Amino acid sequence: MAQYQLVHFNLNGKDVERMVDVRASLTDMLRNDYHMTSVKKGCEVGECGACNVIIDGECFNSCIYLAVWAEGKRIRTLESLMGPNGELSDIQQAFIEETAVQCGFCTPGFIMTAVEILESGKLYTDAELRKLLSGHLCRCTGYENILRAVKKTMYRRLGLPMPTEPEA
Amino acid sequence: MYDMKALYQAASVEEAVALRLEHPAAQIIAGGSDVLVQMREGKRAGAELISIYGIDVLRGVSMEPDGTLRIGSLTSFSHITRDPLIQKYINVLGEAVDQVGGPQIRNIGTIGGNTCNGVTSADSASTLHAWDAVIELTGKNGVRRLPIHDFYIKAGKVDIRVEDGEIQTAVLIPKESYENCFGHYIKYAMRNAMDIATLGTSVNVRLSADKKTVERARVAFGVAGPVPLRAATAEAMAKGQPVSLELAERFAQAVTVDINPRDSWRAAKDFRLHIAVESAKRAFIESVKLAGGEL
Repeated sequence: MAQYQLVHFNLNGKDVERMVDVRASLTDMLRNDYHMTSVKKGCEVGECGACNVIIDGECFNSCIYLAVWAEGKRIRTLESLMGPNGELSDIQQAFIEETAVQCGFCTPGFIMTAVEILESGKLYTDAELRKLLSGHLCRCTGYENILRAVKKTMYRRLGLPMPTEPEA
Repeated sequence: MYDMKALYQAASVEEAVALRLEHPAAQIIAGGSDVLVQMREGKRAGAELISIYGIDVLRGVSMEPDGTLRIGSLTSFSHITRDPLIQKYINVLGEAVDQVGGPQIRNIGTIGGNTCNGVTSADSASTLHAWDAVIELTGKNGVRRLPIHDFYIKAGKVDIRVEDGEIQTAVLIPKESYENCFGHYIKYAMRNAMDIATLGTSVNVRLSADKKTVERARVAFGVAGPVPLRAATAEAMAKGQPVSLELAERFAQAVTVDINPRDSWRAAKDFRLHIAVESAKRAFIESVKLAGGEL
């Protein structure tokens, strides 16, 4: 017998509520009920990071998160980054400039992790950035361009010059 | 959609205990990074779940009046790593759980889930064994506390009494266990992220006031047997000995007396024995250095 529950939460700055099947993952709910199609269904076992969203300031793989756990939470998806006139955010623009996007399937997940990294306001080393980005799989780019896009945006936001030589 | 029969959600420990007594066949789900994956693989298809994820009182690290460090069972790995009490008194635990999976997994995975699974490879388990952690369970008869060594019965099986409605509510580190202790954890795996340990080694030492003598050395391994285990022979051998590189070597060789790794598709037994000795040596040396000793 199907079991439903009313779930209220804040999605990209807007309070929302809907009856949800308790068997749904957060990915299911965000895609099917709220049409947040940036949240990709990749591995669905928490390994690839394509479904990554920010919940109360921390990144989670929404495929292994029950939709009903969203109750009372603030959830952000890639859709929240778009400006009022459809502008891209700086981190999205950096992904384009650095050719960090090929097929694009991993991109929304990577960018939301990048958002968490950038909003910390900290300056990370390359090794730290690699570790922070390690919860995502990309089968196209080989990761270097993604790392460069995040690093470049980190330096820009901190108002620091980007080092020309990669760290040893 | 997950293939579950029903979901029961507990908002408090009392509710969780009542739900457990009412639905003894149901599986407890904390962060879900194991249970939901197993459901996806069909292993728990059609199961009833009791979600304890919403019990916020089980989150966070605190100090009890007698100096016991209390880690709520739902504290996530990333919160353990960032916690000031953990960093001050048992930094190695924060470092060990910072090697679980990847960043998103460390935000959802809990120390309670990591230990209740009864899995030998769990990154928290060897350090908790090496620091004589105490597991706190709460059921219909109140609170039961037992040493983590006794909590693990066999691979995948821990001492939680479903008939008493028990759930794990905290992991405790007694003051006697962490005071003046310094430790180091080495995870040997094939990748730096999103991998399971081929072998996990956690060593800690307490040195004399002049930093010249080992007052106590403890070492525990994950994946060196069906459950995490201590190497008592090596520990007894190092106790009271003067700090030296030669001692590190003898201590490391002695761990093979007590461990019993197996051949698996991840690694051969001989290889695991080899890295157990090498990891024990390196972790011992690092622990002594952290404690202020010179080698």
